[in-house]
Amino acid sequence: MTQIADSKIATADQDAGGPRRGVPRWVITLSSVAILTLLWEWFGRDINPVFGSYPSAIADAFLELVRSGKLQGAMLESLQPFVVGYGLAILFGVPLGLVIGRYRVAEAALGIYVTAGYAMPLVALVPLLVLWLGLGFAVKAAVVFLMSVFPICINTWLGVTAVPKSLIEVGKSFVAPNTVILRRIILPATLPYIMAGIRLAVGRAVVAMVIAEFFTTISGLGAIIINSANNFDTATMFVPIVVLMVMAIGLNGLIGLIERWVAPWQAEIAGRDRE
Amino acid sequence: MGEVSLIDVSKRFVLRVGAEAQTVQALSRVSFTVRDGEIVSLIGPSGCGKTTALRIAMGLEQATSGRVTVDSHEVKGCGHDRGMVFQHAELLPWLTAMQNVMFGLEMKGMRGAGLRDTAGKYLDLVGLGASRNRRPHQLSGGMQQRVGIARALAIDPKVLLMDEPFGALDAQTRETMQEELLQIHARTAKTILFVTHDLDEAVLIADRVVIMREGRIQEILQVPLPRPRGDLGVARGTKEFAETRYHVWKALHAAAPTEH
Repeated sequence: MTQIADSKIATADQDAGGPRRGVPRWVITLSSVAILTLLWEWFGRDINPVFGSYPSAIADAFLELVRSGKLQGAMLESLQPFVVGYGLAILFGVPLGLVIGRYRVAEAALGIYVTAGYAMPLVALVPLLVLWLGLGFAVKAAVVFLMSVFPICINTWLGVTAVPKSLIEVGKSFVAPNTVILRRIILPATLPYIMAGIRLAVGRAVVAMVIAEFFTTISGLGAIIINSANNFDTATMFVPIVVLMVMAIGLNGLIGLIERWVAPWQAEIAGRDRE
Repeated sequence: MGEVSLIDVSKRFVLRVGAEAQTVQALSRVSFTVRDGEIVSLIGPSGCGKTTALRIAMGLEQATSGRVTVDSHEVKGCGHDRGMVFQHAELLPWLTAMQNVMFGLEMKGMRGAGLRDTAGKYLDLVGLGASRNRRPHQLSGGMQQRVGIARALAIDPKVLLMDEPFGALDAQTRETMQEELLQIHARTAKTILFVTHDLDEAVLIADRVVIMREGRIQEILQVPLPRPRGDLGVARGTKEFAETRYHVWKALHAAAPTEH
């Protein structure tokens, strides 16, 4: 029996963890980026520099912004409300999603606001938020929070409803109290969904950050974008945009690492092995 | 002591088929007792209500009428006096084998050093002491179900309720598990109610076989095989096994619905 079982596991391990043949993933990604950059450089140079820009010009503008210290300062200014708003969205969205997914009454009473909130045209509400919270840090954090809390909450909620009933019955059959079922069965089973929501929210939070900087006190990376656009300095305008996109990619990767750390079984089960 | 009884248990539920609601009588006045230390298998075609009866005994479902008693005390809902072994083991995938067994013990209120010791003891009992730190997906189906059995046994329930526990395993593993279950039974003398759709299994492991049909008990049959049964391959060759098996087979075929 043990032998049979062990041989089975050996094959399973080969299937799941065996070395992948072919070109490493990062080489493919890097080549893809290199080709796109080259194409952009090639065709971009022919365009009027007001209407467009190209990588080497953007790189020059980038170096100039770094040398003057403007980029670092703007980055620091932007990241503060981003971190606070996004952090609060996780702290608030996950528990709310768990409760809405778990309890019928909560779902019926609150679910509708979450669904509606996800589609809320936040830009239109920014002036109102300014009236409430002023033009400073608070309103920016609030905009980031409002843009990112809903995808986190909705994903958590969906995750809870996808937890197999049988796992909850395991808790019930051992007479686990409801809070224990929520914390020790539903929460870990929902983690992959929660992490997906947190990932989706990164993009929205970045957009929200820039929106906030456009429509409240003009500051941070948003200010660089607006000011250089007003001066028809398109290359400089692209710098914060590229920086933000790179930052979003970095955050996504970081969240992926965190996911493997908090939910290692998920990657092991899924195998993450695709053609 | 460990004696579980279903007394006059009926279960009705409403099934929605498109727009119309159908009332399904899953169980009609089912009564039987599993005596202390006895293994009773519950067999019948799918949809006969055997799993529903087990789930009501566990407290995972409520009977429409009737009651469940453990040692003559009526029970409502789940309790630590009954341990459930699920069809697909249903281990928590983020916990190791050890932690899965400990989960049940923690829910019973056990804390501290005794927790690991007790969980380890029961993993040893099912022969998985060496794999205690593996997660479920690193275990074969048979090994997963052993953890499931260890988890249920560890809380030292009066009655073990098993819902087609070996149904998803390959034939060879299933036979090994049946023998091991009987060895565990010999050592722990647990009362066991065992739902199965496998005719051989129902006869081989049980002292009595309860044959169900359309929500009713059709027949309760004594299995004349002696205990301990040791090598089940040998037990299969006996005249008693063949006769009992044939008897159950006939009962099940008589029970098969005539319309198609």
